Amino acid sequence: MLIAPQVSVICIFFFWPALQALLQSLQQSDAFGTSVEWVGFANFQRLWQDASYLESFQTTAVFSSLVAVLGIGISLCLAYFADRVVRGTVVYRTLLIWPYAVAPAVAGVVWLFLFSPSIGVVSYALNQWGFEWNALLNSRHAMALIVMAAVWKQISYNFLFFLAGLQSIPKSLIEAAAMDGAGPWHRFWTIQFPLLSPTSFFLLVINVVYAFFDTFGIVDAATKGGPGKDTAILVYKVYFDGFKALDLGGSAAQSVVLMVIVVALTVVQFRFVEKKVNY
Amino acid sequence: MTFFQRSKVVVSCLAALSGLTHLGAQAQTEIQWWHSMLAVNGEWVNDLAKNFNASQKEYKVVPVFKGSYDESMTAAVAAFRAGNAPHILQVFEVGTATMMASKGVIVPVGKVMQDAGFKFDPAVYVPAVAGYYTSPKGEMLSYPFNSSTTVFYFNKDAFKAAGISTDKPPATWPEVALAAAKLKANGHKCPLTVAWQGWTQLESFSTWHNTELATQGNGMRGMNARMVVNSPLHVRHIENLGNMAKQGLFVYKGRGNVPEATFVSGECAMITTSSGFYGNVAKNAKFAYGLSTLPYYPDVPGAPQNTVIGGASLWVMSGKKADEYKGVATFFNYLSNAEVQSASHKRTGYLPITLAAFKLTEASGFYKQNPGTDTAVNQMIRKTTDKSRGIRLGNYVQIRAIEDEELEQVWAGKKSAKEALDSIVTRGNEQLERFEKANTSKN
Repeated sequence: MLIAPQVSVICIFFFWPALQALLQSLQQSDAFGTSVEWVGFANFQRLWQDASYLESFQTTAVFSSLVAVLGIGISLCLAYFADRVVRGTVVYRTLLIWPYAVAPAVAGVVWLFLFSPSIGVVSYALNQWGFEWNALLNSRHAMALIVMAAVWKQISYNFLFFLAGLQSIPKSLIEAAAMDGAGPWHRFWTIQFPLLSPTSFFLLVINVVYAFFDTFGIVDAATKGGPGKDTAILVYKVYFDGFKALDLGGSAAQSVVLMVIVVALTVVQFRFVEKKVNY
Repeated sequence: MTFFQRSKVVVSCLAALSGLTHLGAQAQTEIQWWHSMLAVNGEWVNDLAKNFNASQKEYKVVPVFKGSYDESMTAAVAAFRAGNAPHILQVFEVGTATMMASKGVIVPVGKVMQDAGFKFDPAVYVPAVAGYYTSPKGEMLSYPFNSSTTVFYFNKDAFKAAGISTDKPPATWPEVALAAAKLKANGHKCPLTVAWQGWTQLESFSTWHNTELATQGNGMRGMNARMVVNSPLHVRHIENLGNMAKQGLFVYKGRGNVPEATFVSGECAMITTSSGFYGNVAKNAKFAYGLSTLPYYPDVPGAPQNTVIGGASLWVMSGKKADEYKGVATFFNYLSNAEVQSASHKRTGYLPITLAAFKLTEASGFYKQNPGTDTAVNQMIRKTTDKSRGIRLGNYVQIRAIEDEELEQVWAGKKSAKEALDSIVTRGNEQLERFEKANTSKN
């Protein structure tokens, strides 16, 4: 009884939409829903026949792993140093936490401004140094752009957890190691990093889910999936087909696929990675 | 008077008052109008509604800004499903086929006008504007509200610096290439760029050369249209642009209207984009500029024909009361008034939709005072052909995205023009087939 409110919230906001998506993925309808037709698995079939859809799996894999690895790596670094800082801790921490308050689309626009070939400050500097930056036509540059924006946005979140994790490690452990002659680097790898593994694992799951689901705003604002389809990750296509092109059946089918992938990934992570986690 | 009597009087007075206000509310029928016009154009929409409301007492038009074109359309879809759609919905041109195909969602404007007793003469409208929103049977489906078309802007100061005559701007693509080469030789980093690449370089390019983009009169005659945008003429043009990109004569600056900023800033010297860009240039450009017609290939028979419109039209949603439809018709009748039209045209740079409005604007000397503003109109007021009347494709939003994606491959040098255009045809046809299948099953 006490968990009833919680359960009902989950049902209304998670299971019901998921069920709706499942139903819609089996239908084909016009935008206004005046004619709804059951088409079985036709929407899915069409996806597998679409070469560009299959390519977008690869794009998504590259994007998600870059975002997860860089996001976790950089924020661990920052958290480690912020933990060691003696003076001005509050300032550092506040500044590092700020980006989390920024909406994904705004993050995309901010980075777009910095790196826009015509007006971007950074791209101007890069060109001055003889590096021809052009995210409009060079797919690597475009990918780098959305990865940077996505990572930047997520760093704060990761940072908070790592910092909390680092601070919960008993000082006595580290001091004891220091007395035994272990340097900071050695201490980090043998004591702090293993003790942080539950946090790291949790963040890995969260970051992968973030990269898969939460990043369409960044892509939409920064590259619109271009050049070509080279930054059109799966979730962006779901958003585009559903909300811009009003192809609800196709979009629902894609979100079902996405749902399956993320569930599978999470299961895999719990099965295999969790075994390496020390609690 | 006792207290009881007094209060009785008060009560009856109140009742009478409330009855009056109630009557007043009933007498004025409210018409909801969802639109996507921002800033200057948003003020324009509000003024139109205000002036109409002041001109009569029976109806009150309430304009509501609902976000960008795709946002307001998504909002309307949700509202329609929930049973509270607006009376009038502004929909961009790429949504036309979707609106048409959704049976029972809209009421054709022609019918709304006739039912309300307004005589409706399609002949008073500018052919290439009204034709775009007319059904194969000749019935006007939606009311052309803000239409623009593709034109060519150039930076006169940059031209002078490069020693190019500004009296006779480049009218053909070979002349554009020549001018670009001179600009580049003069050290210009971005001689030419294009905005709305799919619209300006494929769609409008096709009608301008009286060549089909898709069969069935670009889809105007039916949903069984298929893309034919890989014709030798299209390949030739995209190949030319691809080569210009390699030589640094044409610089790609992004999708949609993003490249427009590079013209206003002076970075790019020439641009093909919407005539609706005029207001921005007139206000923000710090250099002398000129407007001219879209370039064409002089050796193509029938060119130049007419360019195709973009912009949006007003759709009347179904399921409303007869009285409300009468209000909608009265409002559209007000909008069609030549003076209202002409004032809107001068204010926004959007095309006038009636010939009378064009003549009125001409007579007022506006075009003489603002050279180049008649370019767009002149491109449009020609007699259209079956190949140039308009473009009506299902899943148009996706097709526009496909055009962007494939053209980018050419500018990046990853695909040849032929490969990219072939790919637009194959991928575009998948979209068209699907749209046809989804929408014919119920007819």
